[in-house]
Amino acid sequence: MNAATPIAVSTTCPYCGVGCGVVATATGRGSATVTGDKAHPANFGKLCVKGAALGETLSLDGRLMHPMIHGQRATWNQATRFVADGLQRVIEQHGPGAVAFYLSGQLLTEDYYIANKFAKGFLGTGHVDTNSRLCMASSVAGHRRAFGSDTVPNIYSDLDEADLIVLVGSNAAWCHPVLFQRMQTAQKLRGAKIINIDPRRTATSEGADLQLSVASGMDSVLFSWLLSEIDARGAVDGAYLGSHTNGFEAALASARQIAPDMETVAAKTGLAPPDISRFVALFIANIRVVTCYSQGVNQSAQGSDKVNAILNCHLALGRIGKPGCGPLSLTGQPNAMGGREVGGLANMLAAHMNYTPADIARVQRFWDAPNIVTAEGLKAVQMFEAIERGEIKALWVMHTNPAVTLPRADAMRDALRKLDLFVVSEALANTDTTRAGAHVLLPATAWGEKDGTVTNSERRISRQRPFLPAPGEAKPDWEHIQLVAQRMGFRAGFSYPGAAAIFREHAALSALDNDGARDFDIGALADISDEAFDRLEPFFWPWRKGGKQQGRFFATGGFYTPDARARLLPVAEPMLAAQRSDAYPLLLNTGRVRDHWHTMTRTGKAATLARHVSEPGVALNPADATKLGLAAGSFARVDSAHGVATLRVELDAGVPEGTAFAPFHWNNATSGLARVDAVVQPMTDKVSGQPELKATPIRVMPLKMACEGFLLTRQPVSLPAWLQHTRLTIPGGEALLFASTRTAAEVHGLLVNFVGEAPRRSMLADAATETFRTIAFSGRRLGAVLFAGPARTPATLEWMIEMFAAEQLDSATRKVILAGRAPAGAADPGPMICSCFAVRRSSIADAVKLGITDLDAIGDALKAGTNCGSCRPEIKRVISDERTKSAHPAPA
Amino acid sequence: MRERLLIIGNGMASVRLLEALMRADAGRFAISVVGAEPEAGYNRVLLSALLAGDVMREDIELRGREWYAAHGIELITGDAVMALDAAAKVATLASGRTVAFDTCVFATGSEAFRLPIPGINRPGVMTFRDLGDVAAMEQAAGAGRRIAVIGGGLLGIEAAYGLAKLGADVTLVHVMDRLMERQLDAPAAKLLKRALERLGVKVLLQKQTVEITGAGIDPDAAAAGLVFKDGSLFSADLVICAVGIKPQAILAKVAGLATERGILVDDQMCASIPGFHAIGECAEHRGVAYGLVEPAYAQAEVLAKHLHGGIASFAGIVLATNLKVSGLPVFSAGDFIGSDGSEAALLEDSDLGIYRKLVFRGHRLTGCVLVGEAEDGLWYLDLIRNGTDISMARHDLLHGRAFAEALLPAHEPATAMPADASLAEAA
Repeated sequence: MNAATPIAVSTTCPYCGVGCGVVATATGRGSATVTGDKAHPANFGKLCVKGAALGETLSLDGRLMHPMIHGQRATWNQATRFVADGLQRVIEQHGPGAVAFYLSGQLLTEDYYIANKFAKGFLGTGHVDTNSRLCMASSVAGHRRAFGSDTVPNIYSDLDEADLIVLVGSNAAWCHPVLFQRMQTAQKLRGAKIINIDPRRTATSEGADLQLSVASGMDSVLFSWLLSEIDARGAVDGAYLGSHTNGFEAALASARQIAPDMETVAAKTGLAPPDISRFVALFIANIRVVTCYSQGVNQSAQGSDKVNAILNCHLALGRIGKPGCGPLSLTGQPNAMGGREVGGLANMLAAHMNYTPADIARVQRFWDAPNIVTAEGLKAVQMFEAIERGEIKALWVMHTNPAVTLPRADAMRDALRKLDLFVVSEALANTDTTRAGAHVLLPATAWGEKDGTVTNSERRISRQRPFLPAPGEAKPDWEHIQLVAQRMGFRAGFSYPGAAAIFREHAALSALDNDGARDFDIGALADISDEAFDRLEPFFWPWRKGGKQQGRFFATGGFYTPDARARLLPVAEPMLAAQRSDAYPLLLNTGRVRDHWHTMTRTGKAATLARHVSEPGVALNPADATKLGLAAGSFARVDSAHGVATLRVELDAGVPEGTAFAPFHWNNATSGLARVDAVVQPMTDKVSGQPELKATPIRVMPLKMACEGFLLTRQPVSLPAWLQHTRLTIPGGEALLFASTRTAAEVHGLLVNFVGEAPRRSMLADAATETFRTIAFSGRRLGAVLFAGPARTPATLEWMIEMFAAEQLDSATRKVILAGRAPAGAADPGPMICSCFAVRRSSIADAVKLGITDLDAIGDALKAGTNCGSCRPEIKRVISDERTKSAHPAPA
Repeated sequence: MRERLLIIGNGMASVRLLEALMRADAGRFAISVVGAEPEAGYNRVLLSALLAGDVMREDIELRGREWYAAHGIELITGDAVMALDAAAKVATLASGRTVAFDTCVFATGSEAFRLPIPGINRPGVMTFRDLGDVAAMEQAAGAGRRIAVIGGGLLGIEAAYGLAKLGADVTLVHVMDRLMERQLDAPAAKLLKRALERLGVKVLLQKQTVEITGAGIDPDAAAAGLVFKDGSLFSADLVICAVGIKPQAILAKVAGLATERGILVDDQMCASIPGFHAIGECAEHRGVAYGLVEPAYAQAEVLAKHLHGGIASFAGIVLATNLKVSGLPVFSAGDFIGSDGSEAALLEDSDLGIYRKLVFRGHRLTGCVLVGEAEDGLWYLDLIRNGTDISMARHDLLHGRAFAEALLPAHEPATAMPADASLAEAA
């Protein structure tokens, strides 16, 4: 076949837990067009900006193409032998408990299944944990404590049918944009109210009817008060409680203790009594209420209790698993749910089976496992602490970047050097983890190449299908495990011809001796053919053999506890793991920005996604910033008892006084000195093991930079880690924004080596104003650009990025290129608001000045906000700010 | 009877003085002008362009003879004042004719300086100063002739360029380590050298010529080559000596006027004896004998006003140099090296062959060098002379007038530039 017609492939987005369907068509040269899949029930064709820009992230730049041993290229044969021998040696010398696996919510279910089986059944180690531990372990723990199983009772369509949507610890507008739009549609079409509970006022708050800026960690006080009021106002669903639950009295007693009266609740939460009353009244009055909770609840040393405080209220009202009504955990990752189903967590065995003798025996039998593990392993943070103590000797990391994302990240990264065997299965050659002393790197296929299934936040399993060939010698992660397992003599258990075979086994295990005893059962698919697997449409679990897919759970009880009753649980007095002190007077909250994902290994490749937030920053309340002597745009040293990062200061009135917010995405592969999780404390929830990532006591001090500037290059270059910098993808190359306490002359002198050689080079040197600029030309376009000066110049950067993208410069522009601006004088276009259509703040402000003050009218005029819609809250804010300005013009 | 005014010399300063006098009151003086060259005064600045064929003979004419006639000015050309009786106020010309006057203005200009080395007077050693030189060079510089131009200043460069355009094999020989060292800093000079080489001129730096050898042992034999101080030799069919100029002050000196390098004048261009004045390259004002046309013009304007009884003075001028070689714009002005306490800003675009250096002192521009593109030279010169506060445009000034002017306070130009304002140095 020649000139093959491009084939549109339906697959699933690799980012958040919404699990949107996308249609990808490979267009050659490591690129594809990606659009929303209108047929997919998670998104009905909608995509957020990250999903819409997936086509920009497929280049092979930076990919790991072949196995490496100690930094040297190796064959698969050599690499798998090295790993197998290493595992064997560690097990012989220290026992299987010295081996650990750190997996990822971005692995496909089939990868997860194999890794879990290999570790727990064949090597005999229970130390199999995952980055999901940092993401939704508290939800898992809360579900299991209340329901007896890790079951999400509700589904997305409940958002369409709700009258009240309560968001707790979720910036859904940025982190789950497609679902948030669905909520906003309900708000628009049926007048649903949205309440946003979050210490920080975010883009989600802009779309909410009521913002409750609860004090950090005090969510349970609010839900305890709610439970107590549900009881006091006689709203309890006595019938449901009586038939399907236990523990209401004890839960109520603890709630009353935590929230005895309005005054105490107001004092503890920092909320105004009228707002609290409104929340309680709305919650009780609206039978159709969905509570969505996410990282603000989970990433807490009391995350499990927070989940149970929420579940207590839904159970007490009997509002669970019914249309428009119930709790809905929003997972952060595309397949955290799949990992949970497989059992790829230290405190689960497999397929929603636990470490009970019966389950252990059943799984051992099914796998024909020679070394079945019989006890829980160490959870993520504890696992890495055991590495730090030298107890765990071998670690295999798959598809994740723990050197960036673990709390106390610098110490954890450094601990990796103590390992006797450190294996990383990765798609990229250079991540902070691969560079943390990995002995063996195994090249993995990435999204677009991988084949398997993922499960989204509503228990819907969808296919990820390949539309690109595997590059170089890359193989799917499951095959990495299989090759090593075979070499260790476990050929019988590891001879899968492909993902479908693994899926069949996974489905069969889920159905084994089940008969409804366990929630997770996809036995209907245990005999699915390869062809049917290829065509498999998205479906809900459970889907029992001979049965139908099941949507909601628990409307009429049927919990997975021994007595089939749900548990209402008493929760502990809310208290942060570490308090502010004189030394560390602020609380650091960490999270995401709108256009980036995790450690940016994929979003970092897309120019479209680089401009909404370009640099790692720390957002402070303006009052705190004033006290600390920090101006917007200046740099600050942020440190805790655990580590330090240097970040650009942003002022945000939405950040409460006494707190700071910093996104965790940036790392040494994308920046220098900006590893935020190095600062974060390691204290974890006692039940879930999830660390408290959102409340680390810190101090913030001004850091005076002598120089700032940027380097634009066609090819990636590596700047020294000691230099404050951020890497962003721009059209035609990448930009490195830097700042230094050294002078512009010094830094320019250092970095000028990255600019091409004379004579195709221009320079400007003005020592008195500390302005140093060098440009190299490549044909009629710019080859490299280096600008260093005493301060940052956003408009100059914007203009140079624009010029850098030009295929050729006109001669007039060419002449003044070193000026860094167009002769006419370009105004600062302001920050990127709509990434999809590249609309900046100034354009929107101009439209408002022309009298276009309606969100949709702005969309008609500028297209802004009309694609993914995730910028709509920000557009709204610009409209309102500009209208305020024109109503109260500043004195001339 | 009208006051009799004798102007000795018919160069550019002389013509400008006449124009200014006519403008003010054409009938006031009975004017006689004596020029040693056969032609009426012409634009000497354009001689190299004429040599190169970039302009035609008529293009360099300043005022035709009919203009002198129409204004009642007596124009004597091809004759030179040989003696002057300052007390009697009578001049004697080479032709024997005498001219009596009440007031005398020296505008005798300068002459080319010849190196005091053996062989400098051989046939085939020429200078580059007037139309006659151009004609001689055109004749001598046939295609393929090997020509050495000694002197890497403005004049030497212009001569070399002109000769190269005529098809000669030209080598520019300079004693210093860079061209135009009095007007350019090292990077600018380097660019200039590269540009000249692209135009076909070879450049030898740090070569001090100590002798001009002849074809044969006869001391009067035609020039055949150069001997340098380092002992190396260079053969040439023709040698142009363009190492500098010296003011023509000997006539004035003999007449009893005070002279140093040039004829000493005060701010009104008055020489040491009442009734005698000097302007242009022959004059020495506050210790400076200018070799540029612009101060000469300024002096002519001041003197015209003074002669008409007005109040005017010349207080010196910030020097600017503009190399007039097509395709190779070079401009420098003021403190272009950057003296202590000043700050320099550089822009170098080797791709476009552009070099720009601005020198600042506080909020003022005090000097500049422009190579490759010099259109904005006069604008910068204005800023320098006006002492304009440039702090508002500090960062943009390097990028030129179009870029930065809007950011500056509005002002009147300090020096009204004539349309043909060629700022040329003859040194």
